[in-house]
Amino acid sequence: MPHNSDPQRVMAICNACRYCEGYCAVFPAMERQTVFSPADLNYLANLCHNCAECYYACPYTPPHEFAVNVPKMLAEIRAQSYRECAWPHWYGGTILPALAVCLLVFLWGARGATAQSADFYAVIPHSNMIATFGFAAGSVLAMVIVGVLRFWRKSGPVTAPPSGMQSIVTALRDAMTLRYLSGGTRDSNARRWFHHFTFYGFLLCFASTTAAAMDHYLLGLRAPYPSLSVPVILGTLGGIALLIGPAGLYFIKRRRDPAISDPGQNGADVSFLALLFATSLTGLLLLALRDTSEMGILLRLHLGIVLALFVTMPYGKFVHGAYRFAALIRYAFETASPATRKVR
Amino acid sequence: MAKELPLVDAQFDAAVIGGGNAGMCAALSAREAGASVLVLESAPREMRGGNSRHTRNMRCMHEAPTDVLEGAYFEDEYLADLLKVTAGETDPRLARIAIRESLATSAWMRGHGVRFQPALGGTLHLGRTNAFFLGGGKALLNACYAAAEQQGVRVLYDAEVAGLNISRGAFESGTVMLEGEPVTFRAKALVAAAGGFESNLEWLEEVWGEAARNFLIRGTPHNKGKILKSLLENGVESVGDPRQCHAIAIDARSPKFDGGIVTRLDSLPLGIVVNQNGRRFEDEGADLWPKRYAIWGRLIALQPGQIAYSIFDSKVRGRFMPSVFPPVCAQSIPELAASLGLPVDATVRTVNEFNQAVVPGRFDHTVLDGCRTEGITPPKSNWAQTIASPPFLAFPLRPGITFTYLGVRVAESAAVRLKDGDASSNIFAAGEIMAGNILGQGYLAGIGMTIGAVFGRIAGRQAARAAQL
Repeated sequence: MPHNSDPQRVMAICNACRYCEGYCAVFPAMERQTVFSPADLNYLANLCHNCAECYYACPYTPPHEFAVNVPKMLAEIRAQSYRECAWPHWYGGTILPALAVCLLVFLWGARGATAQSADFYAVIPHSNMIATFGFAAGSVLAMVIVGVLRFWRKSGPVTAPPSGMQSIVTALRDAMTLRYLSGGTRDSNARRWFHHFTFYGFLLCFASTTAAAMDHYLLGLRAPYPSLSVPVILGTLGGIALLIGPAGLYFIKRRRDPAISDPGQNGADVSFLALLFATSLTGLLLLALRDTSEMGILLRLHLGIVLALFVTMPYGKFVHGAYRFAALIRYAFETASPATRKVR
Repeated sequence: MAKELPLVDAQFDAAVIGGGNAGMCAALSAREAGASVLVLESAPREMRGGNSRHTRNMRCMHEAPTDVLEGAYFEDEYLADLLKVTAGETDPRLARIAIRESLATSAWMRGHGVRFQPALGGTLHLGRTNAFFLGGGKALLNACYAAAEQQGVRVLYDAEVAGLNISRGAFESGTVMLEGEPVTFRAKALVAAAGGFESNLEWLEEVWGEAARNFLIRGTPHNKGKILKSLLENGVESVGDPRQCHAIAIDARSPKFDGGIVTRLDSLPLGIVVNQNGRRFEDEGADLWPKRYAIWGRLIALQPGQIAYSIFDSKVRGRFMPSVFPPVCAQSIPELAASLGLPVDATVRTVNEFNQAVVPGRFDHTVLDGCRTEGITPPKSNWAQTIASPPFLAFPLRPGITFTYLGVRVAESAAVRLKDGDASSNIFAAGEIMAGNILGQGYLAGIGMTIGAVFGRIAGRQAARAAQL
């Protein structure tokens, strides 16, 4: 028999075996069909959290002639779906120049930054800051939303069950708790915790920014905010978590079994982790040194990095969260839908 | 690496031959009892664990529901289920030990990191009787090996034992092949957990003749039966029919070894099965499939060329578990016969005769539906439907050997019994090599792992004790 890396061949093996169906959502979802279209693969690949439990449990991994390697196969399909769904397509090629421009623009202005107190707006006027980041965030949001919609469409037709809202809540819970990364291996549990640090650290930083905006617009309070204010406390906690998380994920990634990794994605993974780490590091430094003469350059550096993070989001690792959440919603829909065919 | 091993000088308390479920349970249990333990696994690390690699669950007695087992499964019902399949080829005292200890042993395995899950998907009918390993047998083995390494058990891979030095029923030393060189190992007690002889093609041929050349082996290529043979030659009493093996119908395109669960085919009762002459030879619908599937290996072994073909049509597609290779597919029976290499006229005649003999009825593949044939030999007693809706589909079938029944007789302590009636003072056996004491014939899902785990644990404990004497 021919044995290649054809996903159809591999999934026929999984479908006949089913020993892994207790691990995660991928295998029960896989069992709903016997023929796998590109749409099905797109969906299954993004449903996979890459915990690799199935690889270690599989009696058919190399050197067995069936040479099954589900995590690696799905990782490769996943990378392809990120590329294919990202929108607009031309934007991908402009990321590096855009990134360079972000950093340069902000740092170039730093020559003149001489503010003594922690008056951020003396370095960059508030309106400039809002205009730049408002535009960047808005564009990124639009691009990611379009990308996710394209991903949803590319995953094939699905009907929301009558209890659709409940399914979305289930999917949200599974995403927020990383249910399918909670396997038993040490690595996968460690990844889950460091991912929690990263994700919730990011959310805390976002909450800090939101709190600051509310202080500014609703209460008329101008930055800098005192050490015991809501924005500073949230930002500090979030910043620390966002140092621990990405650093931990990076070290786990480095010692990961090469058998289950897709080296093609290292660049996207590491640059995303590096930008998150740098965002947090410069943010915390800025907080610590905001009353010194270094404040101006630190502010520009921090904002430049945040902008770079934004600019790379629609084409970087960031989208994995959005796509995986969409796949979890689809899975919850399918699970709740009585019409779902189960191949027996 | 082998050159560095000071095996010649090292004296272990217990040596375990075979690193499957039984061997690893023995190793962990002996270590727990304070023994220094050497495990000799003949497979390379990536393929370690013998046939346990392909298993999925263990049958557990329980008097109340647990987190992974429904309802209750009492000792007497368990024993009755066993006796039903073995027709009395069971030592009831040993069987009761395996049954009574099954739940406690599964809890003990959990303590060593083995994880269980409730039955899912296509296995719900076992949800009351069998505890499933999360991820299957290889995940179980990974947990056992991790625990063993952590607890200081010495494990050698690619370590095939070539000979045992046994004197008056007691183990003295053995020879293990390491990187092609014989190395002596010494231990105060021995646990033989090296499986049956189903992967020994010469031995299979001795028993079944040339037909055996066409058998496929569902599990590990490492169960050569060398330890079994060595023990039997050294005065250990045998158990189980030396001519019997458990064999099912598997896809003829499967690898010679290690095809495991995915090569199994469940389509047989939904169509007809013909031999290489295009003729039917058995009632495909005699009883529910779980009770019948294990007869087909032997039936196909008796056919010319040891090959057969399960033929069905598009009506029953999707009504059985999918398998590893796609079926052969054709728009007509002659075309199907041609692509299978079957005589076209004979095959067409068989299908036509079968179709004309089908008595109309209400088809339901989940029960004995009484849809039968009339006026043909052999008849088909259930699920008989005409084979008339293209595309027509077929799987080629070969006997797939799961395990052999011949083993060593053991006492309740798992010590092997000698022909003079005594039990050995320091040789113990666990797993497939002694399963014939309990499962002398037939098959009961998940009992092999129960026997392996329970008697592995006992053998390890007893070996540690024997080493202290």
